[in-house]
Amino acid sequence: MASKEDTPKIPITVDFSGGLEMLFSNKRRHQVSLPSLTPEGQPATIAYLIDYLCKNLISDPRTDLFVLDGHIRPGILVLINEADWELEGEEEYEIHKGDNILFVSTLHGG
Amino acid sequence: MAPSLCAICRTERALIKRPKNYAKLCKACFIKVFEDEVHHTITSSQLFHPGEKVAIGASGGKDSTVLASVLKTLNKRHGYGLDLVLLSIDEGIKGYRDDSLETVKRNALQYEMPLKVVGYDELYGWTMDQVVETIGKKGNCTYCGVFRRQALDRGAKMLGIKHVVTGHNADDVAETVLMNLLRGDLSRLSRSTSIVTGDDRSEVKRSKPLKYSYEKEIVLYAHHKKLDYFSTECIYSPEAFRGSARSLIKQLERVRPSAILDIVRSGEDMARLVPGESPSSCACKRQKTPAAPVVEDDIGGCGSSNGRTPGGEMAAMDKQLRENEEHSGLETDIAKTISENKQAEMEKPKELPIRSANAASKGGRQTLGNCKRCGYMSSQDICQACTLLEGLNKNRPQIQI
Repeated sequence: MASKEDTPKIPITVDFSGGLEMLFSNKRRHQVSLPSLTPEGQPATIAYLIDYLCKNLISDPRTDLFVLDGHIRPGILVLINEADWELEGEEEYEIHKGDNILFVSTLHGG
Repeated sequence: MAPSLCAICRTERALIKRPKNYAKLCKACFIKVFEDEVHHTITSSQLFHPGEKVAIGASGGKDSTVLASVLKTLNKRHGYGLDLVLLSIDEGIKGYRDDSLETVKRNALQYEMPLKVVGYDELYGWTMDQVVETIGKKGNCTYCGVFRRQALDRGAKMLGIKHVVTGHNADDVAETVLMNLLRGDLSRLSRSTSIVTGDDRSEVKRSKPLKYSYEKEIVLYAHHKKLDYFSTECIYSPEAFRGSARSLIKQLERVRPSAILDIVRSGEDMARLVPGESPSSCACKRQKTPAAPVVEDDIGGCGSSNGRTPGGEMAAMDKQLRENEEHSGLETDIAKTISENKQAEMEKPKELPIRSANAASKGGRQTLGNCKRCGYMSSQDICQACTLLEGLNKNRPQIQI
């Protein structure tokens, strides 16, 4: 734990919408301090953020509504600073200070 | 990654990568293109006529909210001359519909459209809460789906409106195509791909102007236009989307995004081979879109989980399969059509034979009549809603003691 606490943190904003907020304490916006390095010493990416959210932020036990087979569930859109993550390298995108990451579900009905 | 520029204006930063063609677009160009494509669908299928009164089936969810917003915009921009009304169905599910109805009420103010809310209680004498109390949670989606289908039409009739538009998107249609293929349900396959169901002979016609719009783009449109919509899952089937045809569609999209529209187009092509049905398509090359008859489609399909519903489905599928077997001429018809077309193809290799309009030949079609009890259009003597109600009403005294 000590080494984890020594790792500098990146402050970012994480938003959930389209029904996903229900899995995250019914709250749309979360301020997250993400460790800047993974336990393996690699720079924090979206893949790491998703894993981190599953371990630290999700309030609903049904994590498979967010992540399926280790990847974001198909049908959930990811926007990095308003841009589709497909334009930013998807899971490989390296997170920067102040980034806004939005997860929107297309799976929920009205 | 260096930010890429919009493929259209070449000045703004691209924020959207379109699933249908991978084009990278900025926010403003995306919104314009999305609206233009819906406009194209509307004009090429001649969905509306000037002065027409149109009810938008509004749930407060993303699809119907985007539909209302886009129709409002296009009606003004292109002078459709439509009189638009929001029509909402209240199933009577506490803690579910209450919140989304609040969203619809805000939408009515935002889009300056009148709003009509029709409740299951006033139409059928039963709220869904009461239905569940009586029959339990299993299979209640069937009731809800059957009731909703008629409710929109009845609500429209109460308003004196003959045309209801719904927010069904390309993902919904692709999902229904897959479901009906798996069921081997040809007539429903044909109807589900039609952009319009019902015509001048039926009292209320239905259409889906967002039929070619990706769900992903609908959500992005709502996001970038900051539309006010409500997302929820019905409390009686909270995880209906898990392990369904919907998941398959989404996984296909992940691998190859164009798969969704490909399935829609394939469904249309296959529908054209179904004897006795008159499917429509984008209809770009056509004078007028032929409309498929309105029968009580998609039993158990609920507005937000089209075709994702358990319960009662197998029995219905079985019955439908038996009906299909009666269409015995079917197999030879298709084979014949194809082999004839193959010859034609050899002479004119550029033409797609399957897309020709005369592929459909005579064959079995459900005969449409009216329900003897409620008068609603039905292929049986007593419509599904009345049959379900009969069962419910018999059970009520036992349960309420």
